[in-house]
Amino acid sequence: MFKKLAISSILALALAPAAALAAGGEAHVEDFDFSFEGPFGAYDQNQLQRGLQIYTEVCAACHGLRYVPIRTLADEGGPGIPEDQVRAYADQFMVLDEISNPQLFDTETEEYRALIPADHFPANNSQSAPDLSLMAKARAGFHGPYGLGINQFFKGIGGPEYIASLLVGYEEPPACAPEDFPGHYNTVFAAGGIPDSCRDEHGHSTIPGSWIGMAQPLYGEDVEFADGHSNELHHEAQDVAAFLMWTAEPKMMARKQAGFAGVLFLTVLTVLLYLTNKRIWAPHKGKRKHD
Amino acid sequence: MAGIPHDHYEPSTGAEKWLHRRLPVVGILYDTIMIPTPKNLNWMWIWGIVLTFCLALQIITGIVLVMHYTPHVDMAFASVEHIMRDVNGGFMLRYLHANGASLFFVAVYAHIFRGLYYGSYKEPREITWIIGILIFVLMMGTGFMGYVLPWGQMSFWGATVITGLFGAIPFVGESLQTWLLGGPAVDNATLNRFFSLHYLLPFVIAGLVIVHIWAFHTTGNNNPTGVEVRRGSKAEAEKDTLPFWPYFVIKDLFALALVMVIFWAIVGFMPNYLGHPDNYIEANPLSTPAHIVPEWYFLPFYAILRAFTSEVWVVQIASFLTGGIIDAKFFGVLAMFGAIVVMALAPWLDTSSVRSGRYRPMFKWWFALLCVDFIVLMWLGAMPAEEPYASFSLIGAAYWFAYFLVILPLLGVIEKPDPRPATIEEDFAAHYGDADSKSAAPAE
Repeated sequence: MFKKLAISSILALALAPAAALAAGGEAHVEDFDFSFEGPFGAYDQNQLQRGLQIYTEVCAACHGLRYVPIRTLADEGGPGIPEDQVRAYADQFMVLDEISNPQLFDTETEEYRALIPADHFPANNSQSAPDLSLMAKARAGFHGPYGLGINQFFKGIGGPEYIASLLVGYEEPPACAPEDFPGHYNTVFAAGGIPDSCRDEHGHSTIPGSWIGMAQPLYGEDVEFADGHSNELHHEAQDVAAFLMWTAEPKMMARKQAGFAGVLFLTVLTVLLYLTNKRIWAPHKGKRKHD
Repeated sequence: MAGIPHDHYEPSTGAEKWLHRRLPVVGILYDTIMIPTPKNLNWMWIWGIVLTFCLALQIITGIVLVMHYTPHVDMAFASVEHIMRDVNGGFMLRYLHANGASLFFVAVYAHIFRGLYYGSYKEPREITWIIGILIFVLMMGTGFMGYVLPWGQMSFWGATVITGLFGAIPFVGESLQTWLLGGPAVDNATLNRFFSLHYLLPFVIAGLVIVHIWAFHTTGNNNPTGVEVRRGSKAEAEKDTLPFWPYFVIKDLFALALVMVIFWAIVGFMPNYLGHPDNYIEANPLSTPAHIVPEWYFLPFYAILRAFTSEVWVVQIASFLTGGIIDAKFFGVLAMFGAIVVMALAPWLDTSSVRSGRYRPMFKWWFALLCVDFIVLMWLGAMPAEEPYASFSLIGAAYWFAYFLVILPLLGVIEKPDPRPATIEEDFAAHYGDADSKSAAPAE
């Protein structure tokens, strides 16, 4: 009986993130292969640096990273950029939306000062684009099946996969849509508008994805990497998604290390307690009369 | 302490005698830790120590988190990110605290269902049971308010939906809701009072835990047979029991360590699995998430809340009889709280004279169905409020009430229980063999 219950309580855990079913058309999120997946996965420092370059040269035009301190670019387990370079990076960073960053206003000179490593990346509300600091944890790429959360257990929640898929998910609008429908058609974005002409009689969407406000930001070959790494669209999307996973979870490496140390220690403790328990009880237990 | 006869603490040295005459604290600790415990307790009796550990874990991590958290609508979300990024070990503190809440509820549900199966709520342990249910209710309140503190989208909208329930109470609902929120809507006043109460309630829980333990130390533990420990003499009691230290302390610690391996792995490798991605978006009163879903541990009761829509005939009758005072929304609220109230009343609803479900052939099946019902309701609570989930929820909610209000009273009358062992000693010997007859035991 109680074995059943034990299984149920574990099942209850697995049921948990049974949350959101996509509101718009069913979107397919590609299961990109990231280096940081699984208990043994680690950030690829070079990839984070490439992602940072893409963010700086493309995304930063509209999106802020207001929760990320610039100094953390030098952190171990992150992009690991040397401190003098971080200082230079901060100094040359263009603050495009000064109004949203009043902390940079110098009352003496009455001007906005340049960034220093101690500052956070600036907020950017100029295009009302969402801040990207936590985007990789604020989206789920995988769901189900049947709201059971099993896919997330095996594949992860899928935030970075969602971001990368969205970036490569721009396509020509389907034939059912009127030409002047506002926004940009994206096969992965589920939360946007869908023209009535692309819905069936029950109001269900007949197309994957929906229309997103953001115009296609990456086409491939948008940036030149100093190390000559491929800059085709698929790679760029994955690199910037990896970078955004780091901005969302900068302490992932330390967390996994603590996880390992803890699991190892507790396992040893469990074995020792098991043996102690067996030994203590032995004088009170005879052989089983039935089995 | 009344109850099972056993050796009491005798101060030996002069200093001990001096203290014992003035404050018998060592004696109380001794009696607590050496309490005679039925020796046949199985592995479902380990959740108490897991729960005690959870309470300590939550209080300790919570106290440290508070040192870095700012309860203000403009700063709460950023202060949590500050904890995650700048505070030494802050990410572990926060993930331990957030997942600690989940472990707390896994343990409390296992603990409650253990009590329901083995009849731990029955005479003379009603007080223990009622206090346990009170602790559970306070845990839900504390968990709910804690989830509001990071001030993410789910925090905000969850708070809006749940406090909205109080608005459904006839006549006083709206004023009550405003009073609870400290204003017309969830805002800074709400965040501040939730923070205050989230800090206060765990200490109330700790107090109740002491009373909970006091109560069952007075009656003695239940055990898988439901047969009471013999109390005629100390020698007789000793055949049925072993002292809590070291036998059960070590056993419980082993189980706790095993639970901790799994818990630590979740915290280390998938700390956001049980959370909701939307809570990494700062609260925005102008943008409602597509699906507002409570944390997993509220889902069964959330499903019961949503099950009673205006199309359900019971609701329509209630509405007709009360002249519309009880509408579907209020009915749902009553059902949700009623689902906990009927659990609290189990000692008086269960008419069977047999305590343990082990010797109740019919009860076993109804109880198994209740466990399934609970899991299914949990799943339904996360599904959108549409068919077929709405109908399933109604069936699930109906069974929950039927189990306590119809099945438990009836079974006691119609069920023919299986024979029970006369003593705990006999049950223990049947399972583990008799230590004295070790050599005489037949070879396997």
